[in-house]
Amino acid sequence: MIVAERKPIDEIKEMVKSFKRVLNVGCGGCTSICHSGGQKEVDLLNEELNKAFELDHIPLQIDSFTIERQCNADFYLLLDEKMQSYDAVLSMACGAGVQFLSDRIPEKPVFPALNTIFVGVDRDLGWFEENCRSCGECVLGKTGGICPVTRCAKSLFNGPCGGTAHEGKCEVSKDTPCAWYEIHKRLKQQNRLENILLITPAREWRNQTRGTLVQEAYKERYAK
Amino acid sequence: MKSGSRLERVLEAGHFAFTGELGPPQGANVEAIRKKASHLKGITDAVNITDNQTAVVRMASWAAALVAIQEGLEPNYQMVCRDRNRIAMQSDILGASAHGIRNMLCLSGDHQQFGNHPSTKGVFDIDSIQLIHMVKGMRDDKKFLNGDEIDGSPQIFIGAAANPFAEPFEWRVHRLAKKISAGADFIQTQCIYDMKLFREWMKQANDMGLTEKVHILAGVTPLKSGGMARYMATNVSGIIIPQEIIDRVANAPKGKAAEEGIKICVEQIEELKEIKGVHGIHLMAIEWEHRVPEIAERAKLIPRPQV
Ligand code: SF4
Repeated sequence: MIVAERKPIDEIKEMVKSFKRVLNVGCGGCTSICHSGGQKEVDLLNEELNKAFELDHIPLQIDSFTIERQCNADFYLLLDEKMQSYDAVLSMACGAGVQFLSDRIPEKPVFPALNTIFVGVDRDLGWFEENCRSCGECVLGKTGGICPVTRCAKSLFNGPCGGTAHEGKCEVSKDTPCAWYEIHKRLKQQNRLENILLITPAREWRNQTRGTLVQEAYKERYAK
Repeated sequence: MKSGSRLERVLEAGHFAFTGELGPPQGANVEAIRKKASHLKGITDAVNITDNQTAVVRMASWAAALVAIQEGLEPNYQMVCRDRNRIAMQSDILGASAHGIRNMLCLSGDHQQFGNHPSTKGVFDIDSIQLIHMVKGMRDDKKFLNGDEIDGSPQIFIGAAANPFAEPFEWRVHRLAKKISAGADFIQTQCIYDMKLFREWMKQANDMGLTEKVHILAGVTPLKSGGMARYMATNVSGIIIPQEIIDRVANAPKGKAAEEGIKICVEQIEELKEIKGVHGIHLMAIEWEHRVPEIAERAKLIPRPQV
C-alpha cells in the first residue's frame, strides 16, 4: 500500500487561507487504510482548520467529501459536479491521487494535504514500514525476500558494506537492521547462499522516466 | 603490467608495500596538501587520496591527487559510489588516467547522513563491486559499461577495501572473493586492532587461495589517545578495538598516550608482516601525517625498495 502522512496544519492553512469555499476530498484507498486521508481524517482536519480560521477571523467554508479512490475516473461521478461550486480543492489522497484529481479540474487550484512517503506494509496498528521503491526490476527472488534497494541505506546489490555494526545493524542507525545482514541470514537458513556468491552486475534503472503500463490483454484495445 | 604504477611494481616484484593516506582540505588550500605531502614523500609507495570522507565536502580527490603528483607522491585515487553515477564515474576515471593517476580504490562510501550535507540525495547508481568490475572492463576490455568501445583505455591498478571486522563475519571472506573476481588487484583492509579475528580472516583467505590472486595490504591506524580509542570503538561502525588496547593507551602516563599509540602501531606492523598473505601495510594516520616517517622507521618500512 501507499503510505502518506498529513502535512503540518500551518502548511495546509497557508495553502487554502485565501479562498472562500474549499472542498476537502478524502480517499477510501491506501491513505484511508494508513489512517491519513480517509473520511475520518478529512473530518478531523476540517475541524482543526475551522477552529484555526475562526481564531484568525478568516471567513472560510470548508466542506468534506470522500470517494472510494481518487486514482480512478469511475469514482468521480458525483465529485466532478460537486467540485464546480468550490474555489479550491484540498486532497487527502497520495500524490498520484492529487494529480489525477487536478487533471479533472484544471481550472481550479488543488492542494495536497498529505506528504506521500513510501510503498510499505503494516508493522502493527498505525505503524508502517517502507518495503518497496518501485524500481521496476524485482530481485527479491534472489535476496531471500528482502529488498536491498529499499532496505539497504546505500541500495547495494553486492552487500554488505564495511559498515555493518554490532548485531547486524546498519551503519546509519543502531535501530535499523542491515538489509544485507538479514539477506545473508535468511539465505543461509534456506541453504541458498550461492545466490549471492556471484556478482550482481550494474542494473538497468527503469524508474528514471515516468512509467506507464498496459497489461498484455489490453494492448490491442489501446493500439493506435 | 596493468598500470605500471609504483605500487604495482613494488607488489609484483614481491616487495612488502607501504601506503599512506592524505585527506584533502575543506577548501582550495593547496598548501595544506603540499604540507601533508612533504611528510610522506619518499616514505610511502603510494598515498590514498580520500574522496569526501565521512561525507564531508572537501577538494575533489582527483584534484588533490594531481597536487600530490606534483609533490612527488604516487596517489591512490579513492572513488566512492555515493556521489556520482556511472557517467560521471567513467568520465572521472578517464580524466584521472589521462593525468597520470595509476591507482584507484573503489569504495561504496560513508552514508551521506554522517556528513555535513546530511539531507543530500545519495546516488549509489552502482555499488563498489560493480565499480571495480567497470574499471576492469574499461582497462582490459577497452569497453565502457554499456559495451561501447573506449578511445584510449585507462591504465589503472585496481584497489578495493575489505573489512574483516564487520558482521556477518563468516561472509566477509566471500565478499573479498567477490571483489577479486570483479577485478581487484589489491586490497586495503579496515584498521586492524583485533589480531585474532584478522588472523582468522587471513587463514580463510589463504585456504580459499585468494591470497594468490590479490595483494592484501593490512590497514593500521595509530591511536592518539584513550579518548580516540574509546570513540572509535563505540562510534565507528565496523571497527573492533579490544579492551586491552584501549586500556594501554588510556592508562599511559600523562602526555605519553600518543607515544603508547605509536608503540602499539609499530608492534602491530611487525606482527602483520609475519602473517602469510599480507603483502603490505596501509597506514591511515589521520591528521597525523608528520608522525608517519617515525612510524615507518621504527617499523623498518623504510628505505623503500627501488623498482
Ligand atoms: S550496513 Fe547494511 S544496510 Fe547499511 S548501508 Fe551497509 S550494507 Fe546497506
